This record gives sequence, C-alpha cells and structure tokens, in this order.
Amino acid sequence: MKLDDAFSLYEHTVKLRARRAEVLAANMANADTPGYRARDFDFRQVLERQTPQVAPVRLVSTHAAHLDGGRELVSPAQLKYRIPQQPTLDGNTVEVEVEQAQFSKNAMAYQASLRFLDGRIKSLKSAISGE
Amino acid sequence: MSSMKIFDIAGSGMNAQSLRLNLVASNMANVDAVSSSVDETYRSRQPVFRAVLDQLNSRGAADGVRMVGVVESQAPLVSEYQPDHPMADDAGYIYRPNVNMVEEMANMISASRAYQNNVQVINAARQMMTAVINLGR
Repeated sequence: MKLDDAFSLYEHTVKLRARRAEVLAANMANADTPGYRARDFDFRQVLERQTPQVAPVRLVSTHAAHLDGGRELVSPAQLKYRIPQQPTLDGNTVEVEVEQAQFSKNAMAYQASLRFLDGRIKSLKSAISGE
Repeated sequence: MSSMKIFDIAGSGMNAQSLRLNLVASNMANVDAVSSSVDETYRSRQPVFRAVLDQLNSRGAADGVRMVGVVESQAPLVSEYQPDHPMADDAGYIYRPNVNMVEEMANMISASRAYQNNVQVINAARQMMTAVINLGR
C-alpha cells in the first residue's frame, strides 16, 4: 500500500471542504453587496472529478513565466449560482441563513474528514511501532 | 497560503461592515446639524460595497468585499422657517440634514448582524485550523 493511496481521498476531501468554506465565507462577506450573486458548488460532483481514477485536466507550464493553472481547485464552470428563495430589490441573492447553515454543515464535514484522516494516521503509526 | 484566505475574506466583510457602522454613527451624530444654506448642510452618507474578484479569474468565487466609495443621499433637505434661530438665513430659514433616523437604526442593526456573521465564520475557521494542527497527535 502506497502512503499516497492511504491519504489521498481524505486529502482531496479536506482541501475541497476548505475551498467550499471560502466560497461560503465570501457569500456571507458580500451579504450586503448590491447585485452580488451567491456561489456554491456541488461537492460530490467536484470530488468525483478530483479523485485519482479520473485524472484531472491540468495546464502544463512549458515556460518559466507561465502561471500555474493547475492550482485551481474548483473551476468557474463548477461554481454555480444559488437560486434565492426570496429575490431582493438590489439583485443580491445571498440569504445569510442558508449560507450560515451550509457553512456549519461544511465545517462539520470538514472536522469529520479530519477525524477519519487522523484515525488513518494513528492506525499506520500503531502498525509502524508494532504495538 | 490558500487555507488562510478564509480569514482574509471574513476580515474584509468585518472591515466593510465596520465602515458602514462608522457612517451610520456619523449620520446619527449629525442628525441635528442645522445650517443656513442648502450647500453646507450635512447629507446622509451611505457606503457602496463591491465584491472583490480574483484578478486572474473573474468568473470564480469572490475573494471578499470592499467599500468602493461613499455616496451622499439625494433626498430633499428639510427646511424650516425659524427666524429666531442663530443659523437662520436672510429669509429666516434653517436647513436640517436629510438623515432618516429610522432608516439609520435599521441600517445599524443590519450592519452589526452582518459583522457578527463574519466573526462567526472566523471562529469556525479557527476551529477547523486547530483541528488540522492537532492531526495525528
């Protein structure tokens, strides 16, 4: 078993959860910005793209001055716009309660993924030490 | 570092909301600042927020919020006929600011709630980071 395989799923999950927390935080920061439209992404869909079986499309940098295009975790096409339950006059579609709920749900899932990762580290450690 | 970006995002939200609170305080403080001409009278000031977008990737998610300016309300000023007032003009009129106290109060509550929301986000993010630090212990 390669060490990468042991951790890769949790690595992707945790990274993606952190990214989603950023997107949701940006929504809440813009709760009073006129015309701002709340963004979010389908976690499962994006994670399925990230998992190693399907190699993610990456840009290749062939020159030192090229920007690192592979760093983008969630592409703009995957970032969808949220449909508000109550439209507002200024065109802002952020509903703080919805964002708040999604954010805490996401934070819980993040902690859970970390717990799984932690368990994996601990079991590997105990295997190494042979206790 | 990308994992610390969430603190910047929520921080920008707190910053914007506290600037908005400052403007509300300024408007409320000046509600009775009468003057003797239309031009000199204080006008209610309101912030203009805009989402900060990634410069390389403007179609992606926002990187926070920024106050791009302050606009003065175009609502008509209140003129009052008070010839005995020390600030009265030649015709005996004084001018009161177009600050609407009820609007400002609602604005204040909205701003402080939004501020608290961003604080919550930072607290949650801090917990997430702490969990990462304690990984494998």
